[in-house]
Amino acid sequence: MKELNAWAAIALITLASTTGDVLLSYSMKRVGDVGELWRRRGPWAVIGRVPGTPTFALGLMAMGVAFYSLLFGLSWGNLSLVVPASASLTFVANAVAARIFLHEKVGRRRWIAALLVAAGVVLMAV
Amino acid sequence: MTFRKYLVLAGITLFSTTGDSLLARGMKELGNVSLHNLSGLLLSILNPWITAGIILLLAFFACYMSALSWADLTYVLPATSLGYVLVALVAHFGFHEEISATRWLGIALITAGVGSVAAGPSVTAGHQSGRDTSLNVSRNAISQEVKS
Repeated sequence: MKELNAWAAIALITLASTTGDVLLSYSMKRVGDVGELWRRRGPWAVIGRVPGTPTFALGLMAMGVAFYSLLFGLSWGNLSLVVPASASLTFVANAVAARIFLHEKVGRRRWIAALLVAAGVVLMAV
Repeated sequence: MTFRKYLVLAGITLFSTTGDSLLARGMKELGNVSLHNLSGLLLSILNPWITAGIILLLAFFACYMSALSWADLTYVLPATSLGYVLVALVAHFGFHEEISATRWLGIALITAGVGSVAAGPSVTAGHQSGRDTSLNVSRNAISQEVKS
């Protein structure tokens, strides 16, 4: 039962952090190159612009959900299971989500990278 | 990709790794913090390790958001995993810790993955239009300011 709970937490962490990453990436693409904005209009333009994007707040909330799921997951499962499992699943889930929702061209190069990094993260934790 | 943009990517790796390590160090000093002891959780901010960790994680977040404003999510994300490699290398060469064969293999896989992404383009089609409209919006805003 405890193990099932740990995997439920892993699924929730993966889902929430992928949602957060996609929403934050979407918001920042809407804002545009922050460095360019900084040079053209100064730091206050950047600070005023970013939190004003509604999807940015949603993205932060999703990241918050991911963080608290991680805390709960750690109380049910081992550190050495929950952290690498959710981190590596997030890399793969993000590649899928970025392709579907952000219309990024996830070619063979990036698929291989997502799988290599996911496998590498698991091996580092073993 | 300019030199400045590579610096931002390096910032993501460095700040997230050092920030996490400082937080972990601070939490160990504090011991167990439970939900029943909320005042302890609030006071934990006063611990210098935790304060430093939070500042570095804020710097990480700023770099991460900046990178996402000009590069794909699938381009930026692998850079965050380089932190695992960095920690292991510092532990090995700085503190002479043993690294097992499986961990060396993990280091090799992560490095190969990051290299594979970095060799490709940082932005693929699809955002360009969004970026242009945002520039147009700021241009309109400037012209309105000029008028008023």
